[in-house]
Parts: sequence; C-alpha cells; structure tokens
Amino acid sequence: MTQLETPQVTDSATDRNLPKVWKWYDYFTFNTDHKVIGIQYLVTAFAFYLIGGLMAVAMRAELYTPDADLLDPNFYNALMTNHGTLMIFLWIVPAAIGGFGNFLVPLLIGARDMAFPKLNAIAFWLNPPAGALLLASFLFGGAQSGWTAYPPLSLTTANTAQSMWILSIVLVGTSSILGALNFVVTILKMKVPSMKWTQLPLFCWAILATSVLALLSTPVLAAGLVLLLFDINFGTSFFKPDAGGNVVLYQHLFWFYSHPAVYLMILPIFGIMSEVIPVHARKPIFGYKAIAYSSLAICIVGLFVWVHHMFTSGTPAWMRMFFTISTLIVAVPTGVKIFGWVATLWGGKIRFTSAMLFAIGLLSMFVVGGLGGVTLGTAPFDLHVHDTYYVVGHFHYVLFGGSVFGIYAGIYHWFPKITGRMMSEMWGKIHFALTFIGTHLTFLPMHLLGLQGMPRRVAMYDPQFAPINHLCTFGAIVLGISAIPFFLNAVWSWHYGVKASDNPWDALTLEWTTSSPPPIENWVELPVVTCGPYDYGSRDRNIAEIPQTA
Amino acid sequence: MKQIPISILTLIAGILVTLISLWVGQNNSLLPEQASIQAPLVDNFFNVMVAIGTALFLVVQGAILVSIIQFRHRRGDSGDGQWIEGNFPLEILWTVIPGIIVIGLGIYSVDVYTEMGGIATTHHAVQAMPVQRDSSIGINSLPTNAGEPASLVVDVSGMQYAWLFNYRDRNIVAGELHVAVGQDVLLNISANDVIHSFWVPQFRLKQDAIPGQTTHLRFVATKTGTYPIICTELCGGYHGSMRSSVVVHAPEEFDRWLEENQVA
Repeated sequence: MTQLETPQVTDSATDRNLPKVWKWYDYFTFNTDHKVIGIQYLVTAFAFYLIGGLMAVAMRAELYTPDADLLDPNFYNALMTNHGTLMIFLWIVPAAIGGFGNFLVPLLIGARDMAFPKLNAIAFWLNPPAGALLLASFLFGGAQSGWTAYPPLSLTTANTAQSMWILSIVLVGTSSILGALNFVVTILKMKVPSMKWTQLPLFCWAILATSVLALLSTPVLAAGLVLLLFDINFGTSFFKPDAGGNVVLYQHLFWFYSHPAVYLMILPIFGIMSEVIPVHARKPIFGYKAIAYSSLAICIVGLFVWVHHMFTSGTPAWMRMFFTISTLIVAVPTGVKIFGWVATLWGGKIRFTSAMLFAIGLLSMFVVGGLGGVTLGTAPFDLHVHDTYYVVGHFHYVLFGGSVFGIYAGIYHWFPKITGRMMSEMWGKIHFALTFIGTHLTFLPMHLLGLQGMPRRVAMYDPQFAPINHLCTFGAIVLGISAIPFFLNAVWSWHYGVKASDNPWDALTLEWTTSSPPPIENWVELPVVTCGPYDYGSRDRNIAEIPQTA
Repeated sequence: MKQIPISILTLIAGILVTLISLWVGQNNSLLPEQASIQAPLVDNFFNVMVAIGTALFLVVQGAILVSIIQFRHRRGDSGDGQWIEGNFPLEILWTVIPGIIVIGLGIYSVDVYTEMGGIATTHHAVQAMPVQRDSSIGINSLPTNAGEPASLVVDVSGMQYAWLFNYRDRNIVAGELHVAVGQDVLLNISANDVIHSFWVPQFRLKQDAIPGQTTHLRFVATKTGTYPIICTELCGGYHGSMRSSVVVHAPEEFDRWLEENQVA
C-alpha cells in the first residue's frame, strides 16, 4: 500500500487554503466536507439512539407488571410513539444512510467529495431541528397515536404534539430526499475513471438502491402527512370518516413509504455487511453480481408489498392475495444475500474482531427475523398475529438484530479510518456479548407472547403474560447496560486509543489507501484501481499503487 | 484410516435436519387452543411454515457455526482464504429453491384463505350478504355454506374502550358475545370513533373495525367455553384494557341465554 507523504498533504492543503485537520468546533458548523457531515450524522444519530433507548427501558419497566402502575397510559403511548419514530427516522436511517453513506461513498469510489456538498450540509442540518421538534412535542403531551399515526386516532389525541410530530417527519423526509439525490448523482457521475462498474464496492450499490427507493417513496409519505396536518389544523376532511373522508386511504399512503422504509434501513446495512465480511474473513465476497443485483431487486419488489401491513384492515380479498405473493417474493433476493455471506465465510480465515462478531451476529439474527417475516407475509397467518407482540418481536429481530448490529459492525470496522485511532477490542467483545444476549432475551419471548394472545401497544395486559414479560424486561435492562461499554470505548478510544495505521485491517477498498483520518479532499492524488475491491487471496492483488495524475 | 466421504455426511445431516424440522413443525404447541373451524386451517399452515423455517434455520445457522469453527483464523497465519468468487450453479440453486418454496407457500396460503372464507366462492354468496356495497372486506362466506345466509347475525361496534354486541333480530344488546357451538355466525363490525380491531386468539380471526365502513367475520365456533376478545389496533390511552369475552354455549344453553336477555 502506498503511504501518502505527509509534506505532499500539507502542500496541497496550503494550495487550496484549507486547514490540515478540522478543529472540534468545525463539527458544529455548516461544514461541507463529506467526512465532517458523515460524523455529524453519526454522532447526532447516536445521541437520539440513547434517548430512544431510554424510552424503551421506561416502557419495559412499565410492562414488568400487568397493570399501568408506573406510567400514565397516555404518556406510555407518547413514549411508544416517539420511541418508534426516533429509532427509525433519527437513528437507523440517518446513521446508516447519512452517516456511513456520506463518510464512505466518496472514499469508496475515489471522489474528493459528494456531488453537491452544500446540499449535503443542508440535508444534515434539517435533522437536529427535526429531533428537537419531536422531543419538544412532549411538552404538549407527545404524539400518542403510534408511529403509524392512523387517523381518526391521530386527529383526536394531543393535536399540537401530533402536528409537531408531522412537521418533524416532514423535515427528516426532506433531508432524506436531498441526501438520496446527492448519492445518486455522486455514485453515477463521480467514480474514479479507472474503476469499472463491476469494481464498485457493494456498499455503493446498496446506497444507490436505497436512494432510488427513498426518492420514489418518501414524497408519498410527505403527501399523506401533509393531508393529515390539514385535517388536524385547517378543517379539511381527507381522513375524517364522518365528513366523507377515508381512513384506509391514509394507511395506503403511509405504508407505501413505510414498508420501503424497512429496506431504506436494511439495504445500507447489507452494504456494510458486504464490506466487513470479506475483509475479516480474508476471502472475496461470494457472488458479487448476485449481491449487487439483489439490492436492486429488493428496491423494485419492495415497492409492491406495502398492503401486507393492512391484511386485517379494509382490504379486499384479491389485494390480500396479491400482496401475500409479492411479499413472499422479497424473501428470495434477501436469501441470496444471506447465502452469499455465509459462502464468503466458508473457506475463509475468519478473524474474530468486534466488527466481524457483530457482522456474524447480524447474519444469525437476520435469519430468525427473515423467517418470521415470511410467516407474517402470508395473509391467513397474519390474521392471527397482526398487531401482536409477534410482530414486535419480528421487527426488533430485523431492526435491532439486523440494523443496529450492522451499524455497530460498521463503527468497529471504520472507527480507525474515521478517527485515526483503534477501538479497544476487549471492550468491543464485552459489548458484543451483552448485546447479543440482551437482544435474544428481549425479543425472542415476544414471539410467544404474540402467538398466545398479547396485543402490541398496550400499557396493561392480561396477568397470564406476566412471566414472559419479566423475561423481556430483564433482557431490555441487559441491552440498556450493553450500550455503556460501547459509548465509553468510543469516547475513550477517540481521545486515547492506539494510533491506527492507514490500513489496519489490510483491506482492499479505496478508503484504506488514504491516511487515517483522511485529509480534506481525501487524496493528494487520486488512486488508480488495479484490482477488484474484494480480491483477497488473489495472486495479482495490488491496488492504488500508482497515483493517478488527473 | 479411510475417511467417510463428505457426500454421506451431507446426506446424514440432511436426513437429520428433515426429521428435526418435521418433528418441530408438528410438536411446537406455540399456539393457543383451537375453537373455530378456521383455527385448524391456520395452525396446519403455521406448522408447515415452522417446519420449513426450522429446516432453513438449521441449515444456515449450521453453515455459520461450521464456518466460524472450521475456518477461524489460526495464530501465526497471515495469509488469505481461498480465492472463490462465486459458483454459478450453486447460486442458481439457492435462488430457485427459495423461489419454489415461497411460491408454494403463496399458493398454499391462497388455498387456506379460501377455505377460511376469505374469498367469496360464488358471486351469489356476495349477493346474499346483508350489506351489499362493501361486503367483500373480511372473512364473510365459508365455502361450506356459500350462498346461504348465516344462522346468527350480530352487529359488533367498537368504541373507546368497549365492544357492543347487538342481536338485531332478537332485540338483545350485550357487552359480551354469546354464540352457540356449531352455529354459523356472521359479525358485521363497525367502529364509532377510531379504528379498533376485533381479535379472538382461539378463533385465529381478526378484523379491523373501521369508522365509516362495515367489515365482516364469519365463523363457526367448535368448542364451548369462554374466550377473550381483544382490541389489537391502538385506540387511545386505555387501549390495553379494551377486552371482552366470547362465550360459546351448548345449543340449548344458548337458547336459554337468548330468552333471559331478550328485552320484552
């Protein structure tokens, strides 16, 4: 690997009148550097993750007993609503797409920045006010109608808070659209010329698919929410049944975005998996093309499955059947990815770094979540478990086991590149063990609760379910504790960790050809791609040895 | 020492996985007791999915476990793994097999759904329904009695936070649902304020109560007893307490209940 000469960096920086490294206060400004924006996204998202996590622990504490004896039921609903909203819109989506996407995409394709740096900064700066608005809504009682905000309930409870909730989502949605636009242009137009399309790292394929999906579906959610806002505040009656409105119409508008939102959350994570696994297994990714195409397939099929959330609603029989089949079909490209990763592990020389542990943990948990998803996709069985804890268990397997594990894997993997220092592996392993145990303990018993008859979104439940709920609450406490070693490790390592070399994992993608952390504009001279991103074990593997003079 | 050929090991593993999956599929007892003619249909379907799911789970997790044990990095080995980029026949195989499984499950689920009465079997059946315009929403014509009117029709309305059951023909309004075992019951479900959802876990049936639209559930209870009715759609602060019961009587007991509760 070529080490970039430090004097060259300095020269280049003076030429452009840019500082060599960013100061801490640069992270609080309207900075247009994609790496700064990526870190801004990640740190903000982690802050919201903590807040959302505390809400979850409060909810599990309430659910320790069958009666609503700890929290007021309306406050419980507000916590439940905002927990879901925060975790989806202000944690997973911004961390996975905004954070990793912004930091990595230009580095992975050999670009100096995103296509529209200012737009990128605007997209990020829509997030903090959105989060503030959401949290401030608690002063007005908090939105209480669930993250789905189905009318007529959302029209009747806590109107001010519900309006703030809508405006907050519209802000995040706008951010998501701007970001997606930027990613599409960056990936399509700014790839270093020597990189073939078949050498594009799989994370970029995933982000491309994600962005297309976001561009197609987010406006529909915004439309639905704006109509809801009008109904609440301006006397319209799009969704008011007693004035000729249709409540099921809202559900269609909502789920047309919010099912694809599941893929918005998971596709970038699939991208992270495809980057992390080959490096630590020391093997080429198995079936590069299949994994790239399956991202695009999920993007397309994912747009036609939304009605499976409405099998028990006002949905005609033909629709229930059509969407059963389309939902089941999504399992195929997802399965292709999982088999591809398992085959990547097979025959490798697996290094059990913290990043790899989280990646393997994700793989194993996503199998459970995915199988649960297949059962939920079939209309006859969904009639039984819809809106029960079976669903809560399932989507936490997918979103906690699937997304959060992926974000952790990504952090352990790219922390040296982002900060220039290594994270403590020992604490990383403790973090993994606690998280893995906590996740199973919290979310596995929920499947049984749902099958046996416990509905979701309740502050009080039938006493026969108390023992299983105790288990879930213990699990949630373990999960809450599991975050502590991570945050301490991240903060401590950022300041005092062992200095990282440019390429501590001996990886082949382009971000590892520059210094850790990368200088402003990433490279003094752009790298030249001479081999694929995953050519581990190949004899003629050498990459970016010759600087490109372009 | 002769080694056992790998194909025999695979074969044994395959047989074991199949046997375990079939056993788990039949003996999981994850679901509550069955009390309607729809329940066994749903449960058999669920058990098939559990069997397939267990097999896939064992195969994939087994492959992960074998990999992390057998292919772990050994101390002092700084080399890379084998340079295998793909295997086209294998990739086709693991795309086609899941494809066949999910399409099979899709067809089976349509079949189960029809058996449950989700898809009107004849056009005549739809016309025989008391509500004409939106009668296709819900489970509302059992294949066994397609075209015939139900023997008991109950109007169900959901409101924050209670269910009200109106036996229109008999002049009875009750807070609990009473039916006779073996009786062909049709529920016309409506909502007064917000969306609710009517669920009896032992019947395996659920249908939202939607303001401004009537939905239906048609079932035959197969076992006497008292079962919970649960609201599963978030309907406000006390959503969790919106519970009632369905009492399934023996026929003569049901007639007695009707007489006692009829408003003169």
